[in-house]
Amino acid sequence: MATLSNTDPALSIRNLTVSYHSQPVLWDIDLDIPAGVMAGIVGPNGAGKSTLIKSLLGLVPSLSGDVMVHGRPYAAQRKRVGYVPQRSSVDWDFPTTALDVVIMGLYGRLGWFRRPGRKERHEALEALEMVGMQAFADRQISQLSGGQQQRVFLARALVQQADVYFLDEPMAGVDATTERAIIDILRRLRDAGKTLIVVHHDLQTVRHYFDWLLLLNVRVVASGQADDVFKVEHLRQAYGGQIALLNDSDALMFAASKVT
Amino acid sequence: MPLFDLLSDYTFQNVVMGASLLGLISGPLGCFAVLRRQSLLGDAISHAALPGICLSFIITGSRDIGGIIVGSLATGSLAALTMLMLTRMSRLKTDAGLGICLSIFFAVGIVLLTYIQNTHNASQGGLEAFLFGQAAATLRSDLWVMGGITLITLLLLAVFWKQAKLVTFDAEYARTLGMPTTAIEATLTTMVALAVVVGLQMVGVILMAAMIVAPAAAARQWSRHLGGMLVIAAAIGIVSGVSGATVSTLSRGLATGPLIVLTATTIVLISLALAPGRGLLWGLAQHYQRKRALRRQQLLYAFYKHPSATPRYYNTLGVRLILYRLRRQGYLTQQSNHETGSQRITRWKLTARGYEEAKKVVATFEATPS
Repeated sequence: MATLSNTDPALSIRNLTVSYHSQPVLWDIDLDIPAGVMAGIVGPNGAGKSTLIKSLLGLVPSLSGDVMVHGRPYAAQRKRVGYVPQRSSVDWDFPTTALDVVIMGLYGRLGWFRRPGRKERHEALEALEMVGMQAFADRQISQLSGGQQQRVFLARALVQQADVYFLDEPMAGVDATTERAIIDILRRLRDAGKTLIVVHHDLQTVRHYFDWLLLLNVRVVASGQADDVFKVEHLRQAYGGQIALLNDSDALMFAASKVT
Repeated sequence: MPLFDLLSDYTFQNVVMGASLLGLISGPLGCFAVLRRQSLLGDAISHAALPGICLSFIITGSRDIGGIIVGSLATGSLAALTMLMLTRMSRLKTDAGLGICLSIFFAVGIVLLTYIQNTHNASQGGLEAFLFGQAAATLRSDLWVMGGITLITLLLLAVFWKQAKLVTFDAEYARTLGMPTTAIEATLTTMVALAVVVGLQMVGVILMAAMIVAPAAAARQWSRHLGGMLVIAAAIGIVSGVSGATVSTLSRGLATGPLIVLTATTIVLISLALAPGRGLLWGLAQHYQRKRALRRQQLLYAFYKHPSATPRYYNTLGVRLILYRLRRQGYLTQQSNHETGSQRITRWKLTARGYEEAKKVVATFEATPS
């Protein structure tokens, strides 16, 4: 049981239900995401996309549900999971530098009492270099642009050297350069065998970015290979009247309620 | 009073040491409270210490510092817990929850205080001193207790530095790394209650919140790292403590606690105004400097592009100052023109150097993507 074969899905969810003030936010989610894919979680506002990630990570209490990461419960696999929260979830006026934020990604590995030293600094610098931010290592985080802050967050997850990464809207409100840089890094990680699970809101780029999709609206509307999921009938089912589909060949689509 | 007499004065020594200890503990802990946006939690905890002080007096019948510490810690923590329960379980927002807790606990404290006063207990004398503090009544034994609390608290912070820092910056992420964030947050809150206990004797329950917030708020202006912020906050706390105590002793009769708080507040105001990079005056100065630089470029641009136009736009003082400065730098010359009859027109012209400079300005203006 405990052996980690490659056939185990990277993430497997059974019967997950989350509610907030007696209002169901996620209802009876059953889901398997294979290892080594770049998976997108897509759905309308209030579909529970971020809540799904947060409940998987134990940040939001769930009423029921089992979460397995590479065949074992999440609690036992914490070190194999990296998390990139929404940029707006923290106060960027906190007195610290970009490098220091990245080093925080190593706190879990350091344990209770060990302090980050030269080795940790070096690893953090490498991660910053990966995201093209090495020049900003000593910059105050309050002086970074939104896109730069997002890349710092990504670097903080990279130093964890996890196998499964959860990213909550990493492309929200960032400039085109950053979006390209993030996608490049994510693809490189996927090619190295990692699994990336990304909450995404821009329907126009979905097909281009992801090879696996979860279409979510409180329940799972569809999940699987991107080409099988990204179909007009599925999108209509998930978005209802909130979306204008120009034609059935689904070449071009606009989300009527685009999140910015 | 001569300086030597002052320094050898037993009461003064006690007051200064107490004030320093207070600054040493409230500054660093205040940093965490302020960064976690819980400045007012300190206020609620300190007001809620009053019923604890009174209860401990009713039970033990004395003003023993041990009992007072236990009592104020108990009711202070109870208030913090009640606040958390209120905001988590009901739909009350944090500010409303804090307000309710603060006033209820303080009201209970005042009721108990008046009850004690009416029982005419001979030893109740000066229990109301805890409202605003009574620094002069500080004993050596109190100092040992205060010092012990301060030492333990700062040691705890040093040992769990990583945890405290990450939980303060990004608690959810800390949880995904497997940190027991609830326990760490509870510990940080308890430490604020401990700082309040240290401050009871010095500044009292009402003004204690200022000692939590003020040094931290001022220190944030001067520091770029959390560690630096803590050190600066501690220093500001100590400086305000010592100077407040000194002023109060020299003036004879002015209350120590409020003077300490006023000193800290003065440092906050100075920091808000002057701190490099973050200060208000700094921002204003930068704004005007940029404005002036832009005007200068615009003037050079105008002279370059429209050398013959009659400039009517430099009649404001700001523009005139820039024109004179450009002349002093040798970029502009002034020519008087009498051709138009009686009216004398002063015309500004670019010098050769000014022409070169203007050319650069024009190039940068036209290079910027529109």
